[in-house]
Amino acid sequence: MANITRDQVMHVAHLARLAVTEEEADAFANDLDAIINYAEQLNELDTEGVEPTTHVLDLKNIMRDDKAEKWAHRDDALTNAPDKQGGQFKVPSILE
Amino acid sequence: MSLFDLSFKELERQLHNKEITVEDLVDTSYKRIKEVDDDVHAFLSLNEEQAREQARELDKAGHDGRAKLYGIPAGIKDNIAIKGQPLTCASQFLRNFNDPLYNATVVNKLNAEQSVTVGKLNLDEFAMGSSNENSSFVPTRNPWDLDRVPGGSSGGSAAAVAAGEVLFALGSDTGGSIRQPASFCGVVGMKPTYGRVSRFGLVAFASSLDHIGPITRTVADNARVLEVIAGHDRMDSTSADVDVPEYSNLTGDMTGMKIAVPKEYLAEGVSEEVKNTILDALKVYESLGATWEEVSLPHSKYAVAAYYLLSSSEASANLARFDGVRYGVRSENAENMIDMFKLSRSEGFGDEVKRRIMLGTFALSSGYYDAYYKKAQKVRTLIKQDFDKVLEEYDVIIGPTAPTTAFKIGEKIEDPLTMYANDILTIPVNLAGNPALSVPAGFSEAGLPIGLQIIGRPFAEATVYEAAYAYEQETKHYLKKPHLGGGAS
Repeated sequence: MANITRDQVMHVAHLARLAVTEEEADAFANDLDAIINYAEQLNELDTEGVEPTTHVLDLKNIMRDDKAEKWAHRDDALTNAPDKQGGQFKVPSILE
Repeated sequence: MSLFDLSFKELERQLHNKEITVEDLVDTSYKRIKEVDDDVHAFLSLNEEQAREQARELDKAGHDGRAKLYGIPAGIKDNIAIKGQPLTCASQFLRNFNDPLYNATVVNKLNAEQSVTVGKLNLDEFAMGSSNENSSFVPTRNPWDLDRVPGGSSGGSAAAVAAGEVLFALGSDTGGSIRQPASFCGVVGMKPTYGRVSRFGLVAFASSLDHIGPITRTVADNARVLEVIAGHDRMDSTSADVDVPEYSNLTGDMTGMKIAVPKEYLAEGVSEEVKNTILDALKVYESLGATWEEVSLPHSKYAVAAYYLLSSSEASANLARFDGVRYGVRSENAENMIDMFKLSRSEGFGDEVKRRIMLGTFALSSGYYDAYYKKAQKVRTLIKQDFDKVLEEYDVIIGPTAPTTAFKIGEKIEDPLTMYANDILTIPVNLAGNPALSVPAGFSEAGLPIGLQIIGRPFAEATVYEAAYAYEQETKHYLKKPHLGGGAS
């Protein structure tokens, strides 16, 4: 049975790249606990030997020629950028 | 009588003969928006200058005799990209995203058939919700009762059509987001077969479950829009290479049609009014020469749980792209890269979006993947097999679209599980991928619309449209309209 702790929530939030306060973590723990408990009903079903469905179309790999095509100009691609410099996206430092 | 009471076919005739102009239609649209949208809040942005310019150009060129949507004013759900128009997904994260680089394929297809986009329509943030209350800007209201929700997530799309602001709208449907608002707003909403319509340019929520489809006042108009937007697209590798029939070529012949009615769709949780309306509709079908029998889709009750695990897992991966690097908001408070990701996302996303990202990340995390994600995928197989089995014997499956009529704003928003349960009749179809449509089936005692859901075999949209058309022509519920903005009738 699910019983999701604050620590678990903080760990998942880090994986999801969300900043979560301790108060928010408690609220998420409650919500996730309720949803996961609800989802436990799937265990009533015997799925031994049942193939998982990832998507419903009978499609395998879709191939195309490895050929460059004209797409957005670099300046266009940068129009919506929060920060840019010298034709590139600018971000804060990655290494401390 | 408004021009918007006419069918696309009739409008095409009048436009072709220059009895009316495209400018008349576009003007009707903006006038109505100005009249009612301060109450309804269906639109997030308008495109008035460009649309009026386009109308003048179309009038100048005239109808070429071929374009299928010449001059028809449309609204597009604001999670579908149109170059040069805002694309917000009703999220604060994208509040400044005003210039997408390209058009969605469906938008290019509409342009080729010469419809006129008048603006972008409200939704639950990133299409996550069933009431439009999760729009981070303003909730859309139901034109039939402004205290009630229009449904969601394509609530703006359904409300705009119901309120007579546009002649059609595009929506997206991941767990019922076209059909449930169509049901709540008394309009026709189609979720086509998975792969039938390209999703290129649709902001992805759950890629194995996302669909684009039309919302209209009538079935014939709906069929015409799907005819335009359907088809294979090399820009979407999940789009199916299957021919597109002329859906709008409708006869309404029900002779010999075999209808299955799942007992699970009329069970506990479905209101008496809704249930009785569906039973009445089945009598109409009998009178038209169809037969119906009760069947079982035994795994229906597991669909909501499987859906929330799968859709949230996919969402957690899809929404990873909102990192504050290339577009959208970036937090001012970050000193390093990881903090920038975390703070930008936390400041930009609303509660429901965060909740689902958290659920999905949890379900995919080490140690839980097999127990939750993979288990849900296996249950998905069982649900799909239920549909396949019934549709081997029957032409269509019929039931309600939603268990109740539109609920009050604020009534369900506090409890995610209560909200999720509202989609219990639409979610299974997304898991299976079959085409399904909601058509108006009448009204509750309180005067709220009730929707009839028709589900078909994969790629049998034509059969679904025939069944919907036959019923609509017999009942004509679409003639009744909401009283809004000084009493349109």
